[in-house]
Amino acid sequence: MHILDQLWIIIALPLVGSAINGLFGKRFSKPVVNSIAIGAVGLSFLTVLEAVREFWQLSPDQIPVLKNYFTWILAGPFRVDFKLQMDQLTVVMLLVVTFVGLLVHIYSTGYMEHDGGYYRFFAYLNLFVFFMLTLVLAANVVLMFVGWEGVGLCSYLLIGFWFLKQSAISAGKKAFITTRIGDFGFTVGILLLFWTFKSVDYVTIFQQVSSMSVENYALGGVLTTICLLLFTGAIGKSAQLPLYVWLPDAMEGPTPVSALIHAATMVTAGVYMVARFNPLFSRAPLALFVVALVGALTGFYAATIGLLQTDIKKVLAYSTVSQLGYMFLACGMGAYASGVFHLMTHAFFKGLLFLAAGSVIHAMGGDQEMPHMGGLRTKIPITFWTMFIGTFAIAGIPGFAGYFSKDAILEAARSGPYANFWLWLLGIVAAGMTSFYMFRLIFLTFFGAPRYDEHHVHVHESPRSMTIPLILLAILSIVGGWFAAPHLVGGTDYFAKFLEPVFSAYAPEAANAAMESVEQTGSPAIMLFHALTGWPVIVGVLGLILAWWFYIKSPEIPKKLAQSLSGAYNVVYHKYYVDEIYNAVIIQPLLWISTNILWHFVDEGVIDGTVNGVARVARESGSHVREIQSGNARSYATWVVIGTVGVTVLMLGIWGMVR
Amino acid sequence: MSVVPISWYLVLSAILFGLGIVAFVFKRNIITIFMAIELMLNAVNLAFVAFARAHGQLDGLVFVFFVIVVAAAEAAVGLAIVISAYQNRQTLNIERFNLLKF
Repeated sequence: MHILDQLWIIIALPLVGSAINGLFGKRFSKPVVNSIAIGAVGLSFLTVLEAVREFWQLSPDQIPVLKNYFTWILAGPFRVDFKLQMDQLTVVMLLVVTFVGLLVHIYSTGYMEHDGGYYRFFAYLNLFVFFMLTLVLAANVVLMFVGWEGVGLCSYLLIGFWFLKQSAISAGKKAFITTRIGDFGFTVGILLLFWTFKSVDYVTIFQQVSSMSVENYALGGVLTTICLLLFTGAIGKSAQLPLYVWLPDAMEGPTPVSALIHAATMVTAGVYMVARFNPLFSRAPLALFVVALVGALTGFYAATIGLLQTDIKKVLAYSTVSQLGYMFLACGMGAYASGVFHLMTHAFFKGLLFLAAGSVIHAMGGDQEMPHMGGLRTKIPITFWTMFIGTFAIAGIPGFAGYFSKDAILEAARSGPYANFWLWLLGIVAAGMTSFYMFRLIFLTFFGAPRYDEHHVHVHESPRSMTIPLILLAILSIVGGWFAAPHLVGGTDYFAKFLEPVFSAYAPEAANAAMESVEQTGSPAIMLFHALTGWPVIVGVLGLILAWWFYIKSPEIPKKLAQSLSGAYNVVYHKYYVDEIYNAVIIQPLLWISTNILWHFVDEGVIDGTVNGVARVARESGSHVREIQSGNARSYATWVVIGTVGVTVLMLGIWGMVR
Repeated sequence: MSVVPISWYLVLSAILFGLGIVAFVFKRNIITIFMAIELMLNAVNLAFVAFARAHGQLDGLVFVFFVIVVAAAEAAVGLAIVISAYQNRQTLNIERFNLLKF
């Protein structure tokens, strides 16, 4: 049996696991719940491995693999199949989702050990994996939307997992509603896709698109409109400006959830979607520019907020927003492969950083404030070293995974077909800030003197179920980027080469030509030298040195700076007051309109008024008419006579008229 | 020999029926009202008979027999009710029998 013929098994396994744990988990002991949840995702991962092995042996004309299992919706020309698709992009996503998902499941057995609702947690987590796999395996945009909304639902459920905590409930609702704004655009985009191409299948759409020409930059057209609408969905899902506000709040959820959903997989769905629709985006330069602009601005903006956060998870959350901005910058530059590359390395190192942060929080007994930590380096060495590696990776230090992907993105912004100096500059500055705030996090947490009360907080290393995923992810945070390493000395970027069929099959001629022309020249040694002394490396090391100077050498500097620049400091410290502004500009007016117009006027006045009014008319007219029934027989007789005379006159009149 | 035209019978029938209505509406005594009803029934009977004769058909006559039978039965039941009502109220004023109302 070929797994490639039975792709549905990959997504069915986590669903079965979720159903068993969700329905019967309450009666199971923890080891049983564990083995079901981990078994489901683990088997799914093994199935993916086997599918990838088979995929490797296919000839290029057999790709993408398309499997149609049944017709889901059939209404006139509108047809949606339950159809799965596997191509190079899907392979990357499948491996990332199932592998990181598996590690997070294992980690959670340690992290959630003392929590109530243990089975519920794993049921949600499995359900999330199911929807995420549906999202990446779908062969049409409607099925993708099912996964897209499903992961949103699981995100909501897991953010509000500790449902007795008011802040967690609010954060869950905020995440759900904010992404819904983006999904509105996405839905309209899907409708416009169908309206334009009379199909929702990727392959059918892309084949039609490939005969269309690149749209005018300034005027745009239907492709530009579709792309911008789809990108609206990505803005919501992937937490970009201006809809990023939900992601930092989502940190109210358990830390493994933050690692899996809000760093490694779900939030990257937007990037995947833009990469998937690359034939459309490549023909809509205006939409590409918007993608790049939003990405670069978000990358820069979120990094500035990350500089001053004190909650260890909030730093990582803003960092995630910022890194997602990088991925969109890459897509906007037409370098989709670099965007997906960064998506993958980010899944490794940011998943690692979140899990390590969870380990720190675990060690601190639940405290997330960095000013309360310090000197943890020797107490929890495994957590320290793995997190240290993750930080090197995200800071873009050469040799680590993040370096290769980030370098590729900034390279595309500097010299790619859509190069733009200002966006590149934003990216470079953000890279420097990323390095600074991440090393600040490391130095505040692990170095210096302990600032916690050693009598009350008993710092201890986490159990093996938590440290093993950390170690595995740390290894991947180093080697995960080496696919692209030969590129530094003029060789092949194997990752980009692997994904190339996806991004060139339906691409416009001009874009392919532009890609060809970026080939570098020079001897390997000189190229390596240039790569290692490029701006991304310089700002990364600068950030490291600055953080060391501020937080190790002379810790009084940050306070002095904060005092001398108190105006700017306060604005950034309060996250540019964006939550407050949204509250005043959007939420309060909405509440006012809902309360005074929709509730008190429309609902109570118009709707209730109509219904009650009909009832009152019937009652009041009845109370008058009933007086006819006086009990007086003679008045009845009078009415009978009047009625008879009336009817007779009427009949004779009509008869007379007819005749 | 001239035949009495049918319109004469019908006019007489209408007059009798009108008197019956007027008596029914304006009289207070139940027995008088009862007699007014009888008057109206017989006014209708007169019309039936007149039409039967004018058309030379039996239908009208058959109706008249039925009406007479029903009127007899009605007179029996109606007078019994009148007696019973009088025993309860010691009056036959229709204005006093108005309990059945809203």
